[in-house]
Amino acid sequence: MKRYALRQLVQLAVVIVGISMLAFAILHVIGDPVTLLLPQNAGKEEYARYYKLLGLDQPVYVQYWKFASRAVQGDFGKSWYTDTPAFKLVIERMPPTLYLTFAGLGMALLISLPMGILAALKRHSLVDNLCTVVAVAGQAMPLFWLGIMLIIIFAVRLKMLPASGYGTWQHFLMPAFTLGAFLAPITMRLVRSGVIEVMSTDYIKTARAKGVAEWMVVAKHAFRNACIPVITVLGLQFGQLLGGAVVTETVFAWPGVATLTVDSIRNQDFPVVQCAVVLLALIIVAINFVVDMVVGYIDPRIRVGT
Amino acid sequence: MSAVRAGDVALERANAPITGPTAGRRSLRRLWRLKWGLAAALVLLLIVLVTLAAPWLAPYSPVEVDIQHRLGPPAWMEGGKTDHWLGTDQIGRDLLSRMIYGGRVSLLIGVTAVAISSTIGVLLGLAAGYFGAKIDWIIMTLINVMLTFPFVLLALAVIAVLGASLINMIFVLGVAGWPIYARVIRAETMALREREFVVAGRALGMSHARIIFGQILPNLVSAITVVATLQIAQVIILESFLSFLGLGVQPPTPAWGNMLGEGRVYMLNSWWIAAFPGAAIFITTLVINLMGNALRDWLDPHMKL
Repeated sequence: MKRYALRQLVQLAVVIVGISMLAFAILHVIGDPVTLLLPQNAGKEEYARYYKLLGLDQPVYVQYWKFASRAVQGDFGKSWYTDTPAFKLVIERMPPTLYLTFAGLGMALLISLPMGILAALKRHSLVDNLCTVVAVAGQAMPLFWLGIMLIIIFAVRLKMLPASGYGTWQHFLMPAFTLGAFLAPITMRLVRSGVIEVMSTDYIKTARAKGVAEWMVVAKHAFRNACIPVITVLGLQFGQLLGGAVVTETVFAWPGVATLTVDSIRNQDFPVVQCAVVLLALIIVAINFVVDMVVGYIDPRIRVGT
Repeated sequence: MSAVRAGDVALERANAPITGPTAGRRSLRRLWRLKWGLAAALVLLLIVLVTLAAPWLAPYSPVEVDIQHRLGPPAWMEGGKTDHWLGTDQIGRDLLSRMIYGGRVSLLIGVTAVAISSTIGVLLGLAAGYFGAKIDWIIMTLINVMLTFPFVLLALAVIAVLGASLINMIFVLGVAGWPIYARVIRAETMALREREFVVAGRALGMSHARIIFGQILPNLVSAITVVATLQIAQVIILESFLSFLGLGVQPPTPAWGNMLGEGRVYMLNSWWIAAFPGAAIFITTLVINLMGNALRDWLDPHMKL
């Protein structure tokens, strides 16, 4: 276990360095901060002054080192737009995003667990086919369109739910469902295949032979073991889930990091964009690490297998 | 040092084929699924033909403004007229014509971006799988970094710096999409590398390039085809999201994404402006997915993707 943890930790460190390089490269290699900062009619000496001011006349690795050593201390520079520290802006917007993500995760499980288990227990039945149809349709559904359709139906027509905003539990329903619908198809498939696999093992037969009630067999013996791939993939999908949260937030005007990022992109406020991207990536990496540890702990085959 | 994540192992195991019904029944099921795939392919063909024939099929120019007839409802609704079958948008442009032309942009971006990303991904995947060791470790780490980043955020950040345009969008979606191919191709290459015909080729003194491109690559064509097909759908969704945010295809050029974005404002009274382009995206990605799944079943039912 220790060796496994150490290996994953090294991997983690490498990925974090990679992410910081990527975030740095997006602004400094692909783009040019000065062109973005100065008006188009700025003169040559103005450009030169800004290059010096921002330290852009130094070699790239020196610039990266400066960026990285500051970023470690939570200093991503000040927002070009509001003149407050970018880090503070992003951190303030973090809770709504995380709440939304977890609400979406919960909603996905609420949809996919019963459907997946039912589909697995009654294979090739009407329920199973229905689940397949829902899964295929769900994977093709553009999230933002689903969100807009929900708004048109439940907010505009039926006037049951608030169309956008944040605050009460009613505000959570549509965004959480939208995000949940994004993750539910793959989760449902995994639950289904996991339960099918487990139900054909010997220990299930043993449990049945002992006379354990069928629902107990499913709930206690099958479900637990079917959970391993589900937990792993959910952890792995967390990045995608945050990506889905980006889409969901923009549709429902959710006051989270994603709306902040999109607004900052529109305002060309790059320190904020950079900070948001790095922090979101860090959260994903951390969660992936925890998931790897948990799964490695539950299932020794994995930490030995690789 | 291995760069394989524990999660991948579990994912692969979860996707592994499950021993199920008898062979006869399974082949019947395969045929049944293939039928869906064929139907989907036909629908897709129809969509492609319609967008290709846009100048002849579209009743109006997609950018022709007719402010007097703005926000006209579809023909079957109260107040709708048959000269605009799907109604008109906020400045009186014919929605049907814009839908037909909009599909061109989505399909063009989908196909070109996938062509770019599959080329990069296949080359890197081949290199990682064939040479192993340090090269594999470097490429796998790159893949992990890229896959950790939510694709949407990466695309947003790059577009923000480069500026929104059709070319930039193809560039971003093409360059950022490679890790998925690389991961699949790497795994397949690793398995092929140990096979007799490759070992024999090496014993005969073939160059690495000849083994990789002449012996290994031809065996990967079906895997590449399946992944690429499924990815086209993902790219179309992503492209329309970026356009929806106003960071993709710029108006007045019609694209399903920016039509949806513009229509969102008028959702209260004129739902059709947002609803139809979204439905077009949905149907297109749905048939592409169905076709991709059928393709996978047909080419290799045991493929782990």
